[in-house]
Order: sequence, then structure tokens, then C-alpha cells
Amino acid sequence: MGRIQLKDVTKSFGEAQVIPPLNLTIEDGEFTVFVGPSGCGKSTLLRLIAGLEDITSGVIEINGEDATDVVPARRGLAMVFQSYALYPHMSVRKNIAFPLRMAKMSPDEIDRRVKSAADVLNLTDYLERRPGQLSGGQRQRVAIGRAIVREPAAFLFDEPLSNLDAALRVGMRMEISELHKKLDTTMVYVTHDQVEAMTMADKIVVLQAGYIEQVGSPLELYQRPKNTFVAGFIGSPKMNLVTGAEAARHDATTIGIRPEHIDISDSEGAWKGIVGVSEHLGSDTFFHIHSDISDEPLTVRASGELLLDYGATVFLTPRAEYLHRFDARGLRIE
Amino acid sequence: MATKASRSAARLMMAPAVILLMGWMLVPLTMTVWFSFRKYLPLRGGDLGPAGFDNYVRFVTSSSFWPAVWTTLIIVGGVLLITVVLGILLALLLDQPMWGQGVVRILVIAPFFVMPTVSALVWKNMFMDPTNGLFAHLWRLFGAEPVAWLSEASMGSIVMIVSWQWLPFATLILLTAIQSLDSEQLEAAEMDGAGPLQRFGHIILPHLGRAITIVILIQTIFLLSIFAEIFVTTGGAFGTRTLTYLIFQRVLESQNVGLGSAGGVYAIILANIVAIFLMRIVGKNLDA
Repeated sequence: MGRIQLKDVTKSFGEAQVIPPLNLTIEDGEFTVFVGPSGCGKSTLLRLIAGLEDITSGVIEINGEDATDVVPARRGLAMVFQSYALYPHMSVRKNIAFPLRMAKMSPDEIDRRVKSAADVLNLTDYLERRPGQLSGGQRQRVAIGRAIVREPAAFLFDEPLSNLDAALRVGMRMEISELHKKLDTTMVYVTHDQVEAMTMADKIVVLQAGYIEQVGSPLELYQRPKNTFVAGFIGSPKMNLVTGAEAARHDATTIGIRPEHIDISDSEGAWKGIVGVSEHLGSDTFFHIHSDISDEPLTVRASGELLLDYGATVFLTPRAEYLHRFDARGLRIE
Repeated sequence: MATKASRSAARLMMAPAVILLMGWMLVPLTMTVWFSFRKYLPLRGGDLGPAGFDNYVRFVTSSSFWPAVWTTLIIVGGVLLITVVLGILLALLLDQPMWGQGVVRILVIAPFFVMPTVSALVWKNMFMDPTNGLFAHLWRLFGAEPVAWLSEASMGSIVMIVSWQWLPFATLILLTAIQSLDSEQLEAAEMDGAGPLQRFGHIILPHLGRAITIVILIQTIFLLSIFAEIFVTTGGAFGTRTLTYLIFQRVLESQNVGLGSAGGVYAIILANIVAIFLMRIVGKNLDA
């Protein structure tokens, strides 16, 4: 069981309020990702849930019980830190066993749990090593091992993959998702990487300056962003946001169209443009096209086979059914 | 530093420094060893020829030799114990965020800048004087009989004075070590259910291992040869004669350079025995 509820939670550091009144429910067994640009308060929010920071006002409930003033160790949550925070002078076995030793469990029970965690995480061969002798991915797994032996109500991950190289990150992403399916425990995951958010989450919480911009499933956020911030933040490459006369033609202040929803043609179309830089990924090619309707170049996704010269003139047609419209306050117009 | 030319140039340029340092060490050492085998009495005829091992035998069989060795070891051990324990506690305290942190830290470090002679005199005359010292006044305030510190509790007094001087050094090194501890490790331990004492025992203390080793090794080097503190307070009386002080007395008070030199060679041996023990006990902390 791991249902976490935040009710009117605020957090101020001195005069500065970093979390304005915030309400959020994380359901049992759900994989929730907090995503937002750096400094948006997502890590602070996680630390509030963990109990590493005191909340200024409001209530945090875990499994329906008030946990606002409960010390971190008694909240039944386990956390994986960005730096892994392994204890460098202890072997992997001792690192994983540490929370169990602190809970004064019997040596047999500790052994059994460490062994099963090591099995799950492929760490059996490394149990006697020190963290300093492990690679980044292995350290990450030890940190996760230390979290799962406690059999917590929920896992909290604070940007756990940001210290890994790109290839390992993809691998660990899969492993964490797999672990979630296997354990079926609530996980709260903080990241600034929207790809991680999209691929792993059941529910994404987009944060900006402490405010929740939108909560929803990855596809909901992608297909129906509530405002221009979410529209620009979710999706890679970013959604094209166009203001001015072209937007006014669609009765909106801003219109948005994703790169894959623009058709490209060399003879006719709605917008005329000149090809700028092209990024060839092999499967796809992203063209940056300068047009009259916007100061920013438009990003257009095309098949990898399409070749266009720098400076060539092309015509673009947005698919009307995928056009997003936003009003003057940046909110979505249905 | 890859080519042959640059390597020999490097050797050539390092040579003066190496030769100077070698000379600095080897000349006094050789002279000490040389004099230790001579009968050399500066005011009673000067160098009176070879003495064989007479000086060594006389120094070691003197009734003051073993007490001096023990006094040395007790002072070194006592000061190490006090400075390391108090140093850790002070460092923990100074690591806490507080108002006026910078000033407090400078004040804590200040005693280290006071010359040994001066600090020993200040302690002797201002604190420990049985009639006018602050301690005497304090004792009288509570109706107690003032303690004649330097004669009645001579060893304790000297250990206290020297500890006061070296505590800032230990505190400074340990404080920087504590500050280098990753705060996420402490938070992780907190989440894992470790209380304040357990966090200290399982996380902070192991992290300080290397710094403590360094404090112990460096302090031992300097503490084995403390002299000024004893010279200006007890003058070696009341059981405070260390090996260093004994050598000083043999050479300058008895005017027997040969005997003193033999004592110097024993002091080198004692220092090496202490060093071997220390490296056995704490040296493994230095391996990365």
C-alpha cells in the first residue's frame, strides 16, 4: 500500500515561497513522474514527501494517515538519490543491509533479504566489493537495492539517471520500469528529462515555479496539453508555437503544431519557407525551416529518405486536426 | 616530462633543493652520531677522544632514562586523546550553521598562532598561579583550596597546556573533513532509519578516518619533541622530564655533549618505534 496525498502543501525558504499551496494525490501502485525545468521545485516536493524538509503548512498523508510530522525513517518510504549516496566505507552487502541493521532485524532475515535483492538486481557477484570499485550503473543498482530491501510503501527517485551516460540511461530506464511492474509498488520519480517522464510514467506531473501545470498520462499530456508551457515542454523536438497574424487567423493568440504533424512539399502548401539546418537521425530527419509566419524556425519531421538542400524553398501544410490553439493567457482553447 | 633532455634538465634543476635538504638532515645526524661516540665535555677539556659505547650505556642506565621515556609517551598519548576527541566534537559543533560562524572559527583557530613559550607562560602565570591565577580565584570562589597546578598536578597541567595549543589544528583538519562529507549520505542514512548517534558512528566517523590518521601522525611528530612548554613551566621538575628535556639537560646543564648525543640517537629510535606502531594501527586508513 502506498497512497500519498498532499493537501494544501506549501514550502518557503525564508521569504521565498518555492511551493505555493499544492494539492496532489498519488495512487497506490502508480508510477508518478514529477517533471519540469531545473529550479521548478520538483526535488523540493520530493524531499517534502520524504520528510527531509519540513513543510511550511498543509498536510501530507501516507495511506490515509497524517505523516506531516513523522520522521523520515518512519514514513515507510525509500529514496534513491541523484549521487546514489552509497556509504563508501561499506561493502555492497553492508550498504544494502544497512537499513535492515538499523531496523534491528535478525541476521538470517537480513541475509535472506539482501540475497533476494541482489538476485533481482544482478548484484550477487559484487556483494563484497566497495562502491568505489563499481561502475555507475552498478552503483545505481546498489542504491536501488538498498531501497527495495526495506519493502517500503513507496519509492522516491531523485533524478537517479542523470549521472549515467546515454546508453546506460536507456538500460536503467527499462530496468526501473521492469522493477515497478515486478514489485507493483508506488514510485515517485523526479526528472528534468521529459523523455524519461514520457517513457516511464503512469502519471506525469508537470511543474513550473512550484505550480502544477498539468497532471495526466503521458499521451494525455502529449495530445492535449493544457497550456503553452506543457505544450512546449513535453515532446522532443519541441512543438512549434506560432504567435501573431497566423495565430489570429485561427482565432487564437498562439497556435501549436508538432513537428510530425506538418506535411512538407516542394510545390504547394499553406506556408512557404526556406530550409535551414537539417538533422539526419537515419529513421527520421528534422528540418528547421525559416518561414514568414514566425521568427523562430519551424521544426518539421520527415522520413529519413527525404533530402532537401540548405536554402531550398519548400511549402508546409499543418494537419488541421492536430493544431493546438491557446488563448492570451496561454490556456488551451477546445 | 617525456623527452630525455627534459628529464635530465629536471634532474639538474631539482639537484640544488635535494642537496640542500639532504645536507640539512645528514650533517646534524652525522655529527650527533659522531659525538655520541666521543667523550666531549666543552667546559672541561673539550674533545677528550673516543668513548666507545660508554655514552650509550651511561644514558640508558641512568635512573632518569625510563621515567623520561614514559613521560614522553604519556604526554604524547594524553594530548592525542584529548585533541582528537575534543577536535571531533568541536568540528561537529562548528559545522552547524550559526550566526557569526566566520568569527567563531577564527577565534577557535587562534591558539595555534600563539608561540609555545608565550602560551605556556600565559597558562602558568594567568591561569595556574596558585595565588593570583584565575583558577585559584575560581577555586576560592567556591571555598576550595587553590591547587598548585604545576607542582601538584604537573603532568596534567602540561598535557592541558599542550592540548590547548594543538586542539585548533585537530579541529581545523577535522572540520574540513566533515565539510567534505556528502550531505546526501547523511540524508540516506536518515531515511534508512539511523538516529543521530548511529549516523555519527556509521557514517561520519568512518568518513573522518583519514583525517584523524593525519592529525595523529602530524601531531605525534611535533609532540615527541615538545620542549618550550616544559622549559618555561616546570623546568623538567615534578616528573615532567621528557626525553627531549633530558637530552637538553645532559648537553647544556651537565655540559656533556657526548652523553646528550647518545640520548639523541635513543630519541631517534624511540620516534621510529612510535612511528611503526602508529603506522600499524592507523596507517591503513591512508590507503585510498
